[in-house]
Amino acid sequence: MAVRRLAEQQPASFAFTPDNKAWCDAQIAKYPEGRQASAVIPLLWKAQAQHNYWLPKPAIELVADMLAMPYIRVLEIATFYSMFNLEPVGEHFIQLCGTTPCQLNGAEEIKKVCEKRIGEQRHVSADGKFSWLEVECLGACCNAPMVQINDDYYEDLTPENFAKLLDDLAAGRPVSIGSQTGRRTSEPAGGLTSLTEFYGVDGVSGPGSAPASAAKDAKI
Amino acid sequence: MLADKDRIFTNLYGFGDWRLKGAQARGAWDNTKGLLEKGKDWVISEMKASGLRGRGGAGFSTGLKWSFMPKPDPARPSYLVVNADESEPGTCKDREIMRNDPHLLVEGCLIASFAMGAHACYVYVRGEYILERERLQAAVDEAYAARLIGKDNIHGYPFDMYVHHGAGAYICGEETALLESLEGKKGMPRLKPPFPANMGLYGCPTTVNNVESIAVAPTILRRGASWFAGFGNPNNAGTKLFCISGHVNKPCNVEEAMSIPFRELIDRHCGGVRGGWDNLMAVIPGGSSVRCVPADQIIDCPMDFDNLSKLKSGLGTAAVIVMDKSTDIVRVIARLSYFYKHESCGQCTPCREGTGWMWRVLSRMAEGRAQRREIDMLLEVSKQIEGHTICALGDAAAWPVQGLITHFRHEIEKRIDDYAANPHSDPVHMAAE
Repeated sequence: MAVRRLAEQQPASFAFTPDNKAWCDAQIAKYPEGRQASAVIPLLWKAQAQHNYWLPKPAIELVADMLAMPYIRVLEIATFYSMFNLEPVGEHFIQLCGTTPCQLNGAEEIKKVCEKRIGEQRHVSADGKFSWLEVECLGACCNAPMVQINDDYYEDLTPENFAKLLDDLAAGRPVSIGSQTGRRTSEPAGGLTSLTEFYGVDGVSGPGSAPASAAKDAKI
Repeated sequence: MLADKDRIFTNLYGFGDWRLKGAQARGAWDNTKGLLEKGKDWVISEMKASGLRGRGGAGFSTGLKWSFMPKPDPARPSYLVVNADESEPGTCKDREIMRNDPHLLVEGCLIASFAMGAHACYVYVRGEYILERERLQAAVDEAYAARLIGKDNIHGYPFDMYVHHGAGAYICGEETALLESLEGKKGMPRLKPPFPANMGLYGCPTTVNNVESIAVAPTILRRGASWFAGFGNPNNAGTKLFCISGHVNKPCNVEEAMSIPFRELIDRHCGGVRGGWDNLMAVIPGGSSVRCVPADQIIDCPMDFDNLSKLKSGLGTAAVIVMDKSTDIVRVIARLSYFYKHESCGQCTPCREGTGWMWRVLSRMAEGRAQRREIDMLLEVSKQIEGHTICALGDAAAWPVQGLITHFRHEIEKRIDDYAANPHSDPVHMAAE
């Protein structure tokens, strides 16, 4: 439980782009007749993604109108679910996992980098590039510590590689998502201990190994 | 050790191709029609005979759960809902299934829906798993395009599958909260009964299963219940994905046979405990919601439901969190208490008020700013929360605290005595609220 309120400064209006509107209609069609309220989370999420990753009041009202729901029901959803940002966030919005498995592997050190570099939680840096927030378990515990920046996970962090990651993001240089120490996903570092019949110990030399380019296409 | 040929998740790490072609080469979608032609009673009896216990934490027999679904009624369609809201701290297995082997899940959904007479399935993926959701959606699209699923598919059983997502609420991993959320409401658990098998999604009969439980079903049916039942101790059958995190040399996900001894699991796949076995202090063997177990009790314990519950802990989701002797165990459990405080939905008073109270007391204890008598008070209060709430989040918040007091009371007492002698300490930092 946490207190969550709408931002004081709100834009005057919000409208979906035609593409997003079509996407929303496709979402609503997934649910049986009369159950269109089921689409409320995907629609709010789309609205947030379109609006620099934060959810303004006009968007909440628009979604309520689209789904024939009372405003208060949609407002409840927006304040209940922690992924809806009710206030502006930085261009690179860092959600830092601080729960126990990450804590054991050094999340506190990563947090210090954020504090030093960006400042307090929930405050956008002066250049508008960054803001950060400590969140609860993001479900990448075998790659702890980790953060989510906008849509992507960045794993196996150290204060050094995390500081470099922030430098690269700030400068607009390309970064690689996922593990920052070269692991493919959550395999044991330094060589497979299982599935070696299919992929070899290094993962890429077995009969089942896909070309690195095919397997690394993180974006669909 | 489990041989590679007996592993179900053969693309667990994503070194192979996750798309339909790659999945088919690894054996997915092989003669699915033949399995369905054997009939739903055969599917359910095979699943019961395999001894598969639900992989989401509670460990209830999956075959039995499927058999609870009522006969199909045109006025009230049945639904399968797959719980992919993986948020139990320490757990990261369903993520690998969805991004690296999504077709196992899609095929499992078809078979499970067939067994329970459902023609539609919703997969509820946690909101943060954006890539995983897109992968799964891409796999579903591929299956539609190849007419493996859909209204008119080559298996002759009309079936639609939809990917839905949440927006960051641990409580939506509880099955009735998940259904509420899927209906477009706040994720607040419902009172049971009525159970979802009678009144679930949209008031219709519904079964909620974990991703792993569903994804292993096609392989079990293809290779036979006795193959699956051949792994692990009696009543703890099968293979299982273990997520090992914390103070091991090489944290990883791995599929192993149930009942593998803890020491073997860690030595074989994780390169041992950081600093050697003498440096092991405690283990949380099943995700944050189970009680921790001290080193001497866990080292040779088989990792399965029954043996871990004998230690008053549990297998849960098989998320093994290892802690060495450098760990400040009081702070670790205080952090978990903060997690439950943050994730309590606020519906039941014992949980809403109790989780925050426990966190505040534990934070003081971590610094030593407490009285010895407060330890017993904390234990007493945790027992007032346990069992007095609609869902199991209250229990889950109470158990780690109880485990701490049972096994590490001396740590807390030492902390209190040290502070009394020299009242200075580092404050416990927590997220601002």
